[in-house]
Amino acid sequence: MKASNSPVKFRIGKSGFFKGVIITLAFSCVIPLLFILAYIIKSGITKINWNFFVNVPKPVGEPGGGIANALLGSAMIILVAAIIAIPIGIMGGIFLSENRKSKVAYWARLCIDILQGVPSIVIGIVAYFWLVKPSAFWGFFGWKQGFSAISGSLALAIMMLPIVVRSTEETLKLLPDSLREAGFALGLPFHRVILKVVVPCGVSGILSGVMLSVARIAGETAPLLFTAFGNSYLSTNMGKPMQSLPLLIFNYATSPYNDWHDLAWGASCILLMFVLVLNIFTKIITRRWKVQL
Amino acid sequence: MESTIVRSVDYNAYFGTNHVVKNVNIEIPKNNVIAVMGPSGCGKTTFLRGINRMHELIPGATAKGKIMLDNEDVMEMHPIFVRLKIGMVFQRPNPFPNLSIYDNVIAGYKLNGIKLPKADKDKIVEQSLTKVALWNEVKDQLTKKGTFLSGGQQQRLCIARAVAMEPEVLLFDEPTSALDPISTSTVEELFHDLKKNYTLIIVTHNMQQAARVSDKTAFFYMGELVEYDDTKLMFTNPRDTRTQNYITGRFS
Repeated sequence: MKASNSPVKFRIGKSGFFKGVIITLAFSCVIPLLFILAYIIKSGITKINWNFFVNVPKPVGEPGGGIANALLGSAMIILVAAIIAIPIGIMGGIFLSENRKSKVAYWARLCIDILQGVPSIVIGIVAYFWLVKPSAFWGFFGWKQGFSAISGSLALAIMMLPIVVRSTEETLKLLPDSLREAGFALGLPFHRVILKVVVPCGVSGILSGVMLSVARIAGETAPLLFTAFGNSYLSTNMGKPMQSLPLLIFNYATSPYNDWHDLAWGASCILLMFVLVLNIFTKIITRRWKVQL
Repeated sequence: MESTIVRSVDYNAYFGTNHVVKNVNIEIPKNNVIAVMGPSGCGKTTFLRGINRMHELIPGATAKGKIMLDNEDVMEMHPIFVRLKIGMVFQRPNPFPNLSIYDNVIAGYKLNGIKLPKADKDKIVEQSLTKVALWNEVKDQLTKKGTFLSGGQQQRLCIARAVAMEPEVLLFDEPTSALDPISTSTVEELFHDLKKNYTLIIVTHNMQQAARVSDKTAFFYMGELVEYDDTKLMFTNPRDTRTQNYITGRFS
C-alpha cells in the first residue's frame, strides 16, 4: 500500500488546486458587478433627494433640478412596450410549446432566436422607418409627428418579444404532458386546458420571463435615440417626444456641465436600483408562486 | 343477461404508418371490471385511449372503426362529450398541482366553467371522496394542494375527480404501477365498490392483479385481441396457446 500512497497524495493535491481555481474564477465574475455597483452608488446616491424625483432638469448654470420627466417617461414607454409585447409573447410561447414539432413552430422559433440577436440599434432604425419617418412625412390618420414615445415603445416591445416568447415556451415545455391529459380526460376543450391548467401551472416561469424582459429593456438606449428622442420637459403625450432614463444619462453624461453630470449619476443609480430590484423580485416570485409538481 | 355498454367494431389504431391496434372486436358488459393485459407494446393502452378519443391527441395518431357507447359511435361524437361520459385515470397520479384537494375533485366542473351552488359542490366532493375511500383521510385538509397527498392518495384523488363527473365508464391505464403495495391493494378494493355504479376497464401488465380484480379479461398480443373471456376461465383454461404462454410466463 505504501507504494500507492504518493500518487494518491498528488491527486488529492491536484483536486485541491483545481477547486481553488474554480472558486477564484467564480468570485472574479462577481468583482466587476461589485465595482460597478459601488462606484455608481457612491457617485449617485448623494445626488438623490426629494427634489430629484419631482423636478425637471434646470437650465445650465442653475443648480438642482431633477429627473421627473425621465422617470415618468421611462415608466410610460416601458408600460406601453409591455402592453404590446406581453400578450403577443405569451401567446407565441404557448404556440411553440404546444406545437413542438410542426414546421411553422420550427421557423417561428428560428426567427425569434435571430430576433433576439438583432442589435438594439438596428431595431431602433426599424422603428424609425416604420413609425417615425412615415408619421413625419405623411402622418397617420391626422397624426403628423416625427419622433414619438409610442415609436420608442414599439422598438422596446420588439426587443422584449423574444425573451417573453422563449421563457414562456421553456416554462410550459417543462410541464409534464400528464397534466394536459388530465385536463383533456375531463372533457376540457383545448383553450380551457391551456388557460385553466397549463398557464396557471407555469405562471411563475412566465412572470419571471416578463420581469426579466422589462429589466432588459429598461436600460436600452439605442432604440430610443431616434424614436422617443428625449425631451427636456415633462410630457405625458405618447405621440410626442419623451424623455427616458437611459436617454437622459446618455445626453447629460456627455454634456460639458457639472450639474448635468450629477443628474446623470443620480439617474444611473436609480436605473441600476430598478433593474436590481426587478431581478430580486423575479427570484422571489419564482420561488413563491412555483407550483409544486 | 347483462347489457353491453361498450362495443368496438373492427377498431384499428395507428401511429403514422405503425399499425398498433388491429381489428379489435370486443363487447364490454355493464357494471363489470374488465382487465386488459398483454406484454409491453401490444396496443392495450392505445386501445384504452381510443375508447375516450385520447389516442388522437398524439400527433400523427389515427384510428378507424367503431366504438359504440350505448349504441352511439364515439368516433362520430365530439371528443369532449365522449370524455365527459368516459372518465380516465392515468398511470401516474396527476392531480392539478395548482388546485386544492377540494377543487381537484370538482375540477371537471370548475375548469369547464360550470357554475354550481356551494351546497352541490360540497355534496359532490364528499360523495366522490367517500366513493374512493379518501374522505376520512382528507376531510380536514380539503384546502391543501392536491400534490400534498401521498402517491396512493393522489391516485385515489384522481379517481374521485373522474367519478365526480358521473361517467358511465371509467378507464384505468395501469393505475397502480406507480404505487406501493399497500396503496395498490386499497385501489384494488375500490374497483369492487366502483363497479356497482360504473363499468371499469383496466389496463394492467400485472397478471395477478387482473386475476384478483376483474370479471372478464382481454388478452392483447401484437395489436390483436387474442382472447377475451371470463377471468376465471381465462386463467384456468386458456384457449389460445399465446395466452397460455403469457399466463405461464413463457414470454412477457
